[in-house]
Amino acid sequence: MFSRFGPARRPPSRLRRRLAAGARLVAALTLVGGLYTAFAPAAVAEDSSGLSPAAQQGKGYFDQTCASCHGSNAQGVPGKGPSLIGVGSAAVEFQVGSGRMPLAGQAAQAEKKKALYNLDQARDIGAYIEAVGGGPQIPEGDDLHSKGDAARGGELFRVNCAACHQFAAAGGALSSGKFAPAIAATDREIYGAMLSGPQNMPVFGDNQLTPQDKADIIAYIQNLRSDQDPGGWGIGRLGPVPEALVIFLVGLVALIFATLWIAGKS
Amino acid sequence: MKRRKVDVAALPAATARQIDDRFQVATPLRRMFNKVFPDHWSFLLGEIALYSFIVLLLTGTFIALFFDPSAKEVEYSGSYTPLKGVVMSQAYNTALNISFDVRGGLVMRQMHHWAALLFMAAIIVHMFRVFFTGAFRKPREANWIVGVSLFWLGFLEGFCGYGLPDDALSGTGLRIASAITLSIPVVGTWVTTSLFGGEFPGDVILDRMYIAHVLLVPAIILGLITVHMALLVKQKHTQWPGPGRTNHNVVGVRMFPGFAAKGGGFFMIVFSVIAFLGGLFQINPIWLFGPYKASVVSAASQPDWYVMFLDGSTRLMPAWELRWHMFGHGYTLPPILWPTVVLPGILTVLPLFYPFIEARFTRDKTAHHLLQRPRDVPTRSALGAMAITFYMVLFLSGGNDVIADKFNISLNATTWFGRIGILVLPPLAYYVTHRICLGLQQHDREVLVHGIETGILRRSVDGRFYEVHQPLAAADDHGHAELDYAGWVVPKKMNRVGALMPSVRGFFRPIEQPPGQPTEAPVSPAPDREEIGTGTRQR
Repeated sequence: MFSRFGPARRPPSRLRRRLAAGARLVAALTLVGGLYTAFAPAAVAEDSSGLSPAAQQGKGYFDQTCASCHGSNAQGVPGKGPSLIGVGSAAVEFQVGSGRMPLAGQAAQAEKKKALYNLDQARDIGAYIEAVGGGPQIPEGDDLHSKGDAARGGELFRVNCAACHQFAAAGGALSSGKFAPAIAATDREIYGAMLSGPQNMPVFGDNQLTPQDKADIIAYIQNLRSDQDPGGWGIGRLGPVPEALVIFLVGLVALIFATLWIAGKS
Repeated sequence: MKRRKVDVAALPAATARQIDDRFQVATPLRRMFNKVFPDHWSFLLGEIALYSFIVLLLTGTFIALFFDPSAKEVEYSGSYTPLKGVVMSQAYNTALNISFDVRGGLVMRQMHHWAALLFMAAIIVHMFRVFFTGAFRKPREANWIVGVSLFWLGFLEGFCGYGLPDDALSGTGLRIASAITLSIPVVGTWVTTSLFGGEFPGDVILDRMYIAHVLLVPAIILGLITVHMALLVKQKHTQWPGPGRTNHNVVGVRMFPGFAAKGGGFFMIVFSVIAFLGGLFQINPIWLFGPYKASVVSAASQPDWYVMFLDGSTRLMPAWELRWHMFGHGYTLPPILWPTVVLPGILTVLPLFYPFIEARFTRDKTAHHLLQRPRDVPTRSALGAMAITFYMVLFLSGGNDVIADKFNISLNATTWFGRIGILVLPPLAYYVTHRICLGLQQHDREVLVHGIETGILRRSVDGRFYEVHQPLAAADDHGHAELDYAGWVVPKKMNRVGALMPSVRGFFRPIEQPPGQPTEAPVSPAPDREEIGTGTRQR
């Protein structure tokens, strides 16, 4: 209607009309896209809403290094890795914190090695697994033994642990290349192992060994480790096998040299 | 008061005269003191056993003062805190007190245990020496039998001692012993119940083992050692063949003073080695094992080394149980019977009769006082190597769980290694040893005929190479000497026949200065070189 006041315009050229139509189309699409973004259900945000920041962090590690064998939802992959639903953060902290996981290769048993993730990261993964499936947790704190009674722990250790880990916790062989390792571990690792039953170890849940029993056992083990071997060099505290080596390689060899020294040689 | 002057120099003679006046011992003692013992290092191996037995008696007496073998239950209240308040037998309690609360008790206990291991080890090595040199042949068969019996008595004595402290390890050992006696056909249950006074463990076994350990078995061992020594003196010591040594004499040093001084010194050395082990190497830490309870069995539960071969045979034995019905009763032969009753039975009887078995095969009825070099009796040496290999496979299998764990081998693999090895390795050892003996014999004869290989190669004018030998006697035109093998070391290096500097006696430093030590080796000067050319040249 304003055109009436001005000189009559030439109708827009074909090119201009096309450009204008294009611009309108872009604007309409932007509007619709924007409205959709604003009103459509926000799937990603809702997916992570239940995870704590630690678990969130742990999920990142899990997806990176664990999911290939344990499955993307920790449900396990047949023939590769077991389900982690219900193992709890105790198992994760023990396995990852001691370097046994991630596994170097499929063998009779996971070896303890240099840890890929530090303890904080291991606990993050633990938090994630805890969030996914629940399960036993190691109590708070690094000192889990000072409330224990070493003498009582010794009795429990000899009945429950020594059959595989040996009386001085120096380790022992199991069948087909499996083994019970020598126990040189932190309080939390020992507690986590008892709680989760890693590798070939049975689970010692709180109804089998109460938290007090566990503290007693840890107290005994840590006492063993700090024991100074009153009799001299402990030769591995492995019983009569190294003693046999010593009597022949040290005792008898020394005395045969002595005979060569004091008596005729031909 | 007037003091009488004492002539110190005349004191020994005067004392001796006074003694002889009363006891008339001069004549027998002179015979004794003049007894001649040949001098060779391998003749001292049995002495190690004798001296460790003396250490065992001394340390054992000390320990026995503080030990109570009672099975009565007490609550531990000694100074080892990780056992405080634990209920245990009085035997274990007193063994712990010896270790922690008796001054010097731990080192005495450890010396006692090391001396026991050394006693058995020395017996075995001494036995090898006697076996491989043929020292058991007529007339010494009886002494060989006494020696074998001493090994088995030491075995029994050691086992009783191992069981006495009533720690978890000794209780496990006793449990196995009761299983072994139970497996004996027909009488097994009666033997076991009469040994233990009923079901295992009962409350009498410790008292019984204690009396066996401190009185019965040591008394028998002491008696047999006396017989062993008396027979040695009566039959005289064997000697190696050599210059001046025949089947009818003994060349060596007199008992007094030479041999007595050497023996006394060697006793001190053995004592000090045992004290060194007892002070520096922890053995049998019973406080780590805990008191024995039937529910307690530890990994790495092994007996002491001399029993370990039976543990090994048990581990290798497949679980073949024989059951059958006869006369309306069911009978069972458990698999443990074969490795722990039948095998040690064979291992006791076969060595006992070996001297007679060998004499029967060789038809050798003469008396021998000269030893044989192992290479000269290939069959016997090969049999010995076979027996040692058999024993070693069992011995290693006895510790196979520790070996498997510490060397990261599958436990099953070590068991199968033992099962196959026990069948394959002894015959292999027989064959290899036999061939080595024959090879060494051959080389001895070769050196006697051709002389010592000097290592010098000489090329003749026409380009041929000759290896230069040093004949050991006047050689014929072919360079061959007529020398008989004397059953003793054939010199195989030029310095053994004096080509180099004379060897100076002494172990750490020379104990003698050779008179007029030559500055150069007495080697004949090299012959003048001839000029070798292609022809004569006119000058």
